[in-house]
Amino acid sequence: MATYTPATPIDHVGHGHKPPAPPAGGGDDGRGGGDGPNYGARLRRARLGLICAIATVCMVFISLTSAYIVRQGLPTFDGSSNSYVRDWGQVDLPWLLLAINTAVLLVSSVTMELARRNVAQQAALAPVKSIPGISLGDERSFPWLGITILLGIGFLAGQWLAWAELHARGFFLDTNPNSSFVFLLTRAHAVHLVGGMIALLWAGSASLLHRPVESRRIAVDITAWYWHFMAVLWIYVFALLGLAR
Amino acid sequence: MATPATVHAHAPQGFIRKYIFSLDHKVIGLQYYFLALTAVFVGMFLSILMRIHMIWPTAVLPLVGEIKPEQYLALMTMHGTIMVFFVLTTAPQGGFGNYMLPIQIGAPDMAFPVLNMLSFWTTFVAYMVILAAFFVVGGAPLHGWTGYPPLSAIQSSGPGEGLGADLWITSIAIFCVASLMGALNFITTTLDLRAKGMTMMRLPLTVWSWFITAILGLLAFGVLLSAGILLLMDRNLGTSFYVPLVVVNGVQMAHKGGSPLLWQHLFWFFGHPEVYIAILPGMGVASQVLSTFSRKPIFGYKAMVYAMLSIGFFGFMVWGHHMFMSGMSPYSAFAFSLLTMCIGVPSAIKTFNWLGTMYKGRIRFSTPMLYAIGFVSLFVSGGLSGPFLAQPVLDIQLHDTAFVPAHFHLIMGVAAIFGIFAATYYWFPKMFGRMMNETWGRVHFFITLAGTYAIFMPMHYAGLAGQTRRYSQFTEVAYLQKLIPLNTFITYAAIITVAAQFIFVINLFWSMFKGPKASDNPWEATTLEWTTATPPPHDNFGGVTPVVNNGPYEYGVPGAAKDYVMQTDPATGAAH
Repeated sequence: MATYTPATPIDHVGHGHKPPAPPAGGGDDGRGGGDGPNYGARLRRARLGLICAIATVCMVFISLTSAYIVRQGLPTFDGSSNSYVRDWGQVDLPWLLLAINTAVLLVSSVTMELARRNVAQQAALAPVKSIPGISLGDERSFPWLGITILLGIGFLAGQWLAWAELHARGFFLDTNPNSSFVFLLTRAHAVHLVGGMIALLWAGSASLLHRPVESRRIAVDITAWYWHFMAVLWIYVFALLGLAR
Repeated sequence: MATPATVHAHAPQGFIRKYIFSLDHKVIGLQYYFLALTAVFVGMFLSILMRIHMIWPTAVLPLVGEIKPEQYLALMTMHGTIMVFFVLTTAPQGGFGNYMLPIQIGAPDMAFPVLNMLSFWTTFVAYMVILAAFFVVGGAPLHGWTGYPPLSAIQSSGPGEGLGADLWITSIAIFCVASLMGALNFITTTLDLRAKGMTMMRLPLTVWSWFITAILGLLAFGVLLSAGILLLMDRNLGTSFYVPLVVVNGVQMAHKGGSPLLWQHLFWFFGHPEVYIAILPGMGVASQVLSTFSRKPIFGYKAMVYAMLSIGFFGFMVWGHHMFMSGMSPYSAFAFSLLTMCIGVPSAIKTFNWLGTMYKGRIRFSTPMLYAIGFVSLFVSGGLSGPFLAQPVLDIQLHDTAFVPAHFHLIMGVAAIFGIFAATYYWFPKMFGRMMNETWGRVHFFITLAGTYAIFMPMHYAGLAGQTRRYSQFTEVAYLQKLIPLNTFITYAAIITVAAQFIFVINLFWSMFKGPKASDNPWEATTLEWTTATPPPHDNFGGVTPVVNNGPYEYGVPGAAKDYVMQTDPATGAAH
């Protein structure tokens, strides 16, 4: 957000009803001077954009949740008995598999956070390292990002197995309204997680392509926050499917 | 990651990077604008076909031949959809918002230029997909722009409900994604890229309107996206979210238990904010233009900002007023009714302030000003029927009559279009470096204003007299016989009004190349876009970072050398 720097008021002329507004301050001053990109401002901007994106994804899942709750409570007219019946149906969820997936995703969130802190540290030390003669020792850090990608793939594979297991148990997308929502919500989450995987690969490639550490930091930072959001979102979806059956 | 600073180091030279896949918000704004311009002509053409069909149902028309009932519904659907999404959402926000927002806040570009380009091209894909619906087997869908199931959810329910309807939903879903990317960019840009001194309360009201519109879009389009995905699943994957046990042409469908009302709730939760997405930028432009051409500060700047914020806020709580016919609980209907009428308050504040801005002003009746006044006129006459329809007892009577199309065409259709016209005439000199022809601008204005009222005012009375909406043919209906002359009048008025739009298009393109050269600030306006060159250079301010010292509407400041003080001039100490 903008910072506001009050300055000395200037004698105002004419009809001003209020104290004169300061001549400067407010607005973005990240580009001040125009001497190269300001990474702090870029990071802030990227995070702001991410907050907007997260708000959107929240709206998608809020609307799916409201559909879930409304559809759950709806009675259906049954022609044979000439009465209204509840047709929500049951789904026999593979609890153990889903719990393992949840654990994998939570661990990946931790490794992602370690990757984020790692690159933030590197970015903070970059100016020191650029001083000739200063060495910070071994520059190779633990590949947290790579591990996060593997865990992300593991989660998706686990979800795939869960869907296969549901199919094996006789539950398909159109079996009953409950199963429709199980597949809808888990797959909608998976699609958003794939978006996170793409962002992870992008952040990882920034590392491989030897982009400036500050650029990498921004990529890793916003990917990390999105990844954490995906973990929270999964817990929410899991809780919804588990508790509001 | 491309940022304004890196992107604008060098202007691209190649044709494709400069004009097609450009990252420059100004080029992207024009791309949106011209996309909307083609869309509005498609939409108008469809409406003229409908109007002619209503009067002469057996007439053989160009391109379509004799219109069958289902074709009439397809025309109606595509008219509504194209106009709402690809004109009213695209031109004011994507077009002018993209072009002017960064300049008005003193930024070199949008916050995420690559995302900006992607959002335009995604919109373009959505536009192509929806146009494709005309050309597939069965033609365009029949379910109206609101896409109510079960009609929209069952492939066999009508000729356009096969592939045509799938393309329609897909197009809307793609459009949602594009709008979300755009909204994200607008919000971040407004919050983070303002020049030094450009506090939130020094933003031009246009920027406020684009900003609030973007927030509405960010929260609304996600809901439509998920509603659309559920609809696609019902249509193609055998689910029953929206479809109850239903028999189509004697065949019982496999669906059961779904609720068509679920769609209505989700759709209108998006649909009502969408109305404000269409009209809010028009309000911003009207404020900007009325202040500039009245040579007075906007009356009640902060009240204008808070009114827009509260319109946006209430906009999310009134969707149920589109569903009074659905048999909702009277208690719900009462709540929705009350909240809807609350919107009358901020709307009245805005109208009062527009009139207060003009009151005792030294008004210059240039074409942008005429359109801004026209906007206020339409906003009032279209808005006043809102509180009628907000009352369930009246709405149940009027809902399926021509009264409702008359209401929403005036307020969100033509008023928003007048906002686009005001913006076009106002910013044309800045965008193209030349002036539009004033005389033809005025001719265009007076025909369009008179034509608009001639079309939509009688439609209210037709609705009160019981003329139904959506019927492809009513000339054979006994009790509507007496309305045929009125409808004939409306059709002629529509043809004349549409014909008058060619004056605008010819003026637009002629002036682009042959109009007199514009100075940097031909209207003697105060906001930042008028401080830079005409047309603005690639980085908007030619390497200079503007510093803002004044509010956006400092006209007639006593003691000042001129009757206006630019935002970048030394501080005057006036309000804001």
